Amino acid sequence: MPLPRRPAARRRTPSRGTRRRLAADAGLLAAAAAFAMPLVWLVLSSLDTEATLRVRLPRSPSPDNFSAVLTDEITFTPMLNSLLICGGATLLTVVCAALAAYPLSRHRSRFARPYLLTILFATCLPVTAVMVPVYALFVRVDLIDTRYGTALFLATAQLPFAIWLMKNFMDGVPKVLEEAAWTDGASWWQTLLRVILPLMGPGVAVVAVYTFLMMWGNFFVPFMLLLSPEQLPASVSIFTFFGNYGAVAFGELAAFSILYSTPVLVLYILVSRRLGGGFALGGAVKG
Amino acid sequence: MTGAVAETAGRARTPGAAPAGRVRTRLLRWSPLAPATVLLLLFLLGPIGYCVVIAFTDTQLTGQASASFVGLANFRHAFGDPAFRNAVVLTLVFTVVSSLLGQNTLGLVLAGLMRRASRPVRSLTGATVICAWVLPEIVAGFVLYTFFARRGTLNALLDLLHLPAQNWLFTLPILAVSFANVWRGTAFSMLIYSAALAGIPQEVTESAEVDGAGGLRRLWHITLPMIRRSIGTNLMLNTLQTLSVFGLIWAMTRGGPGNRSQTLPVFMYDQAFLKSLIGYGTAVALLLLLVGALFAAVYLRLLREEV
Repeated sequence: MPLPRRPAARRRTPSRGTRRRLAADAGLLAAAAAFAMPLVWLVLSSLDTEATLRVRLPRSPSPDNFSAVLTDEITFTPMLNSLLICGGATLLTVVCAALAAYPLSRHRSRFARPYLLTILFATCLPVTAVMVPVYALFVRVDLIDTRYGTALFLATAQLPFAIWLMKNFMDGVPKVLEEAAWTDGASWWQTLLRVILPLMGPGVAVVAVYTFLMMWGNFFVPFMLLLSPEQLPASVSIFTFFGNYGAVAFGELAAFSILYSTPVLVLYILVSRRLGGGFALGGAVKG
Repeated sequence: MTGAVAETAGRARTPGAAPAGRVRTRLLRWSPLAPATVLLLLFLLGPIGYCVVIAFTDTQLTGQASASFVGLANFRHAFGDPAFRNAVVLTLVFTVVSSLLGQNTLGLVLAGLMRRASRPVRSLTGATVICAWVLPEIVAGFVLYTFFARRGTLNALLDLLHLPAQNWLFTLPILAVSFANVWRGTAFSMLIYSAALAGIPQEVTESAEVDGAGGLRRLWHITLPMIRRSIGTNLMLNTLQTLSVFGLIWAMTRGGPGNRSQTLPVFMYDQAFLKSLIGYGTAVALLLLLVGALFAAVYLRLLREEV
């Protein structure tokens, strides 16, 4: 986590510094407790076959909820759908963003800056608002209820931010090595593929992981564009789960939620360990 | 350096080259931009343009062919529609409570406290808050539904403290979803403000301290002015994020009971799909886009000053 270091409490009597620290600790612990409560419910309920809506210790903790949801219909098919849709879309986004970032980062033109500003502008638009015409459009061109159509739209929706991030990372790669490749007669795509992208490996990883995380958690887009149950990704299938079953099995739902959330938590931890947790902000704030 | 030399050399040669060749080189240079641009035009700009068209028609979900141009009727209808006005008010409440007051202020407070707290507490709190942020939207909606439900954790806690329990999702649905959004979104502000506070030079704070400025005065006269740019950026991004929240509200209340937590995105969905009024729903979407575009433009201006 990129949390700043505490300033050394110089020129303070130790007792006052300690008191301040204790107060800060107490405040933070209170906040942590409040934030943790729903998460604690999720974990405890997943192990409780008689889970209710409130936090309580399971009488006899068991993994039964997990084994109950680990079926093709409930878990594996939706997770596989999520993987196909989000994986494909991430690949498309990363490839397009890397290609687009290259001229924007390397060449000068009157037209680069307006393009980048438009891209930045697009990152801010509320995508939710576009979904009604996208639905109408998808019905017209027969892309509705197809996983690749959904992936195409997800990729496009993430593209502005991915280009912006990618461009910022690419700007950090010095031009010298690239020029050596140019003199050796390499074409632009050879330089991009063999010189620039390997040098900005961690940057590409950040873009890919961030894109994947956003898509994995996206509910509205697949909710609108996919109809048949066997195509739904986990983000939507979880919803039909607690929307339509009369008596909700909260324990099983919690277990499924944990299974569905695990990939994003693991990916986030992996990336934030390597690059410092605020990675997602780099592109947004840098300007 | 070498880059500049190569560029001048290239430019010196170009006047001799045929203009057609120059255009071709330039096209080739910018060709990598094509795939992304095509996708953006087809699936983002296209729908936005289509949005502008349908918003002025009476398109319905069934019978596309019968759609006809109705001018500003959808917009006139919207401004006269109490349900629309209700959605606007609720969106304002939702945005102000959860983004402006909640995420922003709480994020700043947490970031500030973290600078003083001991290391284990700092990591623990950071991890918890960030975990809430990383969870998929629909899982967040689901766990917060159980937290605020009539027989949920919040009421159990209130019971322990001998405070009156409430059916939060029924009596104060918009506040419940606002708090849910605070729970989910505070990590972003916290990270931005942690970075911003870390960027304040130590000497400035220390000399103010030596001059005898108290905590509140230091905050008001030194800390806040020094991080005002981060505040602007953060407020803007939070607001835009909050404007388009759908899944969280849908999972917790579906906009209800009645329409008492129906913000604009939920209202748009309700009109366009549940009531099949695509034209009207799109007009609402267009208004939402316009508000978003306005914020985005302000955001760009803020950044431009910086660049």
